Amino acid sequence: MKYIVREALAAFRRAPLLTALSAAMIALSLFVVGLFGVAAYNVQQVVERIEERVEVVAYLRDGAPPDAIRLARAEIESFPEVAAVNYISKEEALEVANRELGELSAVLVDADVNPLPASFEISLRPGHRTPDVVAEVAERLSAYAFVEDVQFGQEWLDKIFVLRRIAGTASTVLGLAFAAVAALIIGAAVRMAIYARRDEIAIMRLVGATPGFIQGPFLLEGFLTGLLGGLLAAPATYGVYHLLSGAVVELQWVPGYWVVCGVVIGAVLGLIASALAVHRHLKGT
Amino acid sequence: MIRFERVTVQYGRSGLALNDVSFFIRKGEFCFLTGHSGAGKTTALRLMHMAVRPTTGEVTVGAYSSSQIKPREVALLRRKVGFVFQDFRLLEDRTAAENVAFALEVTGAHQSVVRTKVGRLLAQVGLAHRSEAYPSELSGGERQRVAIARALANDPLVLLADEPTGNLDDEAKRGVFDLFRDINTLGTAVVMATHDHELVRAVPDAHIIELNQGFLVRDTAPEI
Repeated sequence: MKYIVREALAAFRRAPLLTALSAAMIALSLFVVGLFGVAAYNVQQVVERIEERVEVVAYLRDGAPPDAIRLARAEIESFPEVAAVNYISKEEALEVANRELGELSAVLVDADVNPLPASFEISLRPGHRTPDVVAEVAERLSAYAFVEDVQFGQEWLDKIFVLRRIAGTASTVLGLAFAAVAALIIGAAVRMAIYARRDEIAIMRLVGATPGFIQGPFLLEGFLTGLLGGLLAAPATYGVYHLLSGAVVELQWVPGYWVVCGVVIGAVLGLIASALAVHRHLKGT
Repeated sequence: MIRFERVTVQYGRSGLALNDVSFFIRKGEFCFLTGHSGAGKTTALRLMHMAVRPTTGEVTVGAYSSSQIKPREVALLRRKVGFVFQDFRLLEDRTAAENVAFALEVTGAHQSVVRTKVGRLLAQVGLAHRSEAYPSELSGGERQRVAIARALANDPLVLLADEPTGNLDDEAKRGVFDLFRDINTLGTAVVMATHDHELVRAVPDAHIIELNQGFLVRDTAPEI
């Protein structure tokens, strides 16, 4: 083990330019993945914010008994899909209308009777804001005798759902494509490193080094190069995010664990690419 | 110790390298593989190192047989079969001592063992004073001595040498050849491929195996 660590580190010392080049190539490909990650994260945030506005409104018949309303509210709050239930009384509805409609509200205020119904505004938990769930909740609400009508913006909801699906699919497909390109680049970098040390490998085979012993330093080297690439890519991505966020469009930085995952993925890709390249080299000689 | 039994090697389209060759090399022997270029000498050495497998027939080296050996065992076999080439094959970015140490390190030797053994091996080949020199700073004869020290690193039972003096001037050639004889005297078998008759004549009691276009044409060993 000591030998493997020593040799892997010695490889950096012996060919610093090659190592720097490999790490830079890995960093560059992870940087592209990183930028894409920032974009995907922000799209996801926007979609989530839009989704938060998904709510079901149940309009109540006039004269519904307050006790029944209280009981119903407690019951609706206990639905697993429901995040919160907000009761808007007739008076509150009128107040809101006055505020929001301005001059037009005169039509309502002048009337002797308040024509606006009381309502429940029901917001749903994340993950339950799909058209199916919303429709199902709406149906359950309709079953209450004092509920006159239920509205949930079917069309609007369908559009969000399609948007979410497109964003999700695009993230997955593009993310995989970028990761594949990164892996190919790392593979090429490792093949370059192996090519530079083919004489060494030939001598190792000549004097009776076991395959594990031959592969060990290359695997560690690939892992460390990938790690280094990841550590370089993270600040580069942050730099570009910072530039764009201030000047072009307001963006959010990805959560910390995404960064850690990115660096780990770089190291693991380096390891896998090394393993494949060494295995192929040893088979071919 | 090394047995070839009806060994034939066919290389793709380039034809037969060895054709139905059988011989036996004993422990501690000094054996010459002779013949013109293209006779099959290098192929025979590569078979002994299990770098090539026979197309038909069987090669046995010590306890290992070409028909049954596993990849890991090939590595173990090679520790007991040293190999020296005409073109030395040293690592140019490492000193003489590091080149020898490399063979020990990659076979898992402890660092303290490596240090003492490298010193002893370089002294054995007469290069104790050149241990810190890089190959580019060494003469041809000195480079070959480093290569021999490396081949001896794991105390092999047999030392294979493919035209080891082919790139050397007369003086260096004599020096390197004497070194092979010294090594043989200490009990290590030597199998040397050469077409240099002068060398062959220098060892009157040597075992001579002569090949010609893949056929065995002379074997001076007594019948087994």
